[in-house]
Amino acid sequence: MDLIIEVLAFVWDSAEDVAPIVIFLFLFQKFVIGGRMPNMLQVLVGFAFVTVGLGLFLVGLEETLFPLGRLMAQQLTDPEFLRSVSGHIGGTLVWQDFYWVYLFAAAIGFSTTLAEPALMAVSIKANSVSAGAIGVWGLRVAVAIGVGIGVALGCFRIITGLPLHHFIAAGYLVVILQTIVAPKMIVPLAYDSGGVTTSTVTVPLITALGLGLAEAVPGRSALLDGFGLVAFASLFPIISVLAYGQLAVIRQRVVASSRRVKEPKEEQHHAL
Amino acid sequence: MKDSLIALSKDALFSLRDLAPIVLVIALFQVFVIGEPVTGVLSLMFGGLLVVAGLAFFIFGLRIALFPVGEGLAHSLAKKGSAFWLFTFSFLLGFGTTIAEPALLAVADEAAEVAVDAGAIAQTERAAENYALGLRLVVALSVGVALLLGVLRIITNWSLPLMIIGGYVLVVLVTTVAPPEIVGIAYDSGGVTTSTVTVPLVTALGVGLASSLKGRNPMTDGFGLIAFASLTPILFVLIYGTVLQWI
Repeated sequence: MDLIIEVLAFVWDSAEDVAPIVIFLFLFQKFVIGGRMPNMLQVLVGFAFVTVGLGLFLVGLEETLFPLGRLMAQQLTDPEFLRSVSGHIGGTLVWQDFYWVYLFAAAIGFSTTLAEPALMAVSIKANSVSAGAIGVWGLRVAVAIGVGIGVALGCFRIITGLPLHHFIAAGYLVVILQTIVAPKMIVPLAYDSGGVTTSTVTVPLITALGLGLAEAVPGRSALLDGFGLVAFASLFPIISVLAYGQLAVIRQRVVASSRRVKEPKEEQHHAL
Repeated sequence: MKDSLIALSKDALFSLRDLAPIVLVIALFQVFVIGEPVTGVLSLMFGGLLVVAGLAFFIFGLRIALFPVGEGLAHSLAKKGSAFWLFTFSFLLGFGTTIAEPALLAVADEAAEVAVDAGAIAQTERAAENYALGLRLVVALSVGVALLLGVLRIITNWSLPLMIIGGYVLVVLVTTVAPPEIVGIAYDSGGVTTSTVTVPLVTALGVGLASSLKGRNPMTDGFGLIAFASLTPILFVLIYGTVLQWI
C-alpha cells in the first residue's frame, strides 16, 4: 500500500514536470502556429506514457538503486574503511589509498550513463539522422566511457585538492585539438553529449559520492569541494565521443585499404 | 495496436539490458569490496521491474509524442518564416522548462547556504531566499538565451566550435575573478539544467529546424543546442556571483 502511494506520488511529480511543457506546446501551437496539433490523440497518449514512465523509473530507482548506491558511496569513502583496505593504520591517507573510490566512481559513472533516458533519446535521434552511421549503442558506450573517466578524475581532484578550473581548462584544450582533426559530423553531437549525460540517474549518485568524499578527506569542505563532479562528467564525454568519431574514420580507412587488396578476389567469387 | 505492443515489449527488453550494468556494479562492490551480502533481494527485484517498465514507457512516449511534436513545431515555425516567433519559442522553452526544474531548486538552495556561510550575503533568511531566487532566474535566463543562440546559429550557420570554445574560454577567464564558493556550483549548474523531458524536445527542435532549412544538414547543424544549454548557465552563474560580490 505504501508503495502504491509512493508510485502515485512520483508519477504526480513527473506530471508536474511534464504538464507545463505540454501546456506551453499546445498554447504555442494554437495561438502562434494556428490550427490543431497534428495527431492530437497520439501526442496526448505519448505524453501520458512519458509521464508515467518517468514516474515509475524514478520510484524504482529511489526504492532500490539510489539508497544502495548512496550507502556504498558513504561506506567506500569512510576513512576507517579506506584505512582497513590500504593498510595505512596511522598517519594521513595519501591519494593512492583511495583506489576503490576511483574504481567505484568509474564503474558507477559508466553504468548509470548507460541507463540515462535523455542519452537514449539523443542516440536514437542521432542514429536516425545519420542514417545508421552512428550506432545507438556505440554512442552510448562512448559517452559512458567518458563519464566513467570524468567521475574518477573528479574524485582524484577532490582528494588531492587541485583547482577545478585547471582540469576544466586542460580538458577543453584537448577538446579544441580534437575538434580540429575529428570528422565534422560528430562535432555538434559530441558537444551535446556533455550536457545530456547528467540528468536523472547519474547526478544523484555522483553527487553523493562527491559530498561523501569531501567530508571524508581532511581539509576539504563539502560545500567548496563536493561540487564539480558533474562538471567533470559533462566534459569528458565530449572528448570520448570525438574520439569515437575519430576511431570510426580510422576504421573506415583500414577497411577501405584492406578491401582494395581483397577486391579482385571477391569479384571473382561473385562471378562464380 | 499490435505493433505498439511489440514496440513496447522490445523497449522493455532493451531497458533490461541498459540497467544490467548498474545492478552488476552495485552487487559486485557490495559483496566483494564492502563485504556485506545484498539484502532484500525481493524488493530490489520489484524496484528493478518498475525501473524497466518506466524506461520502456518513457522511450515509447518519446517516439510517439516528444520527437514528432518537437520536429513538427520546428517545421511549422520554419514554414511560417517568422524569426521573431522562432526566437520567442526557443527562449520561452528554455526559460520555462528550467525555472520549474526541481534539480535546480535543490542546487539554488544549497548555493544560498554556501553563500551565507562564506559571508558573501547577509546572514538572514530573506537574503538567502533572494539569493536562491536570483540564482534560479539567472540560470533559467541563461538556458533561454542558450536555446535562442543555438537556433540563431542554425539559421546563420555560424561555427559551433568557435562559439562553444569561445564560451568556455570566457568561463575560465571569469573563474579567475569569481568568488571561490560560487565556482563549483556554477560548473555543476550546467549539468542540472537539461532535464530528461527537455533534452529530447530540444534535440528534435534543432534537428527539425536544420532539416527544414535549405542548405542545412540535420547531422552537422541540428545538434548543438544542448551544448549551449550546458555552457551558458556556468557563465551566467559565475557572472552573477562576481557581480554580487562587487555590490
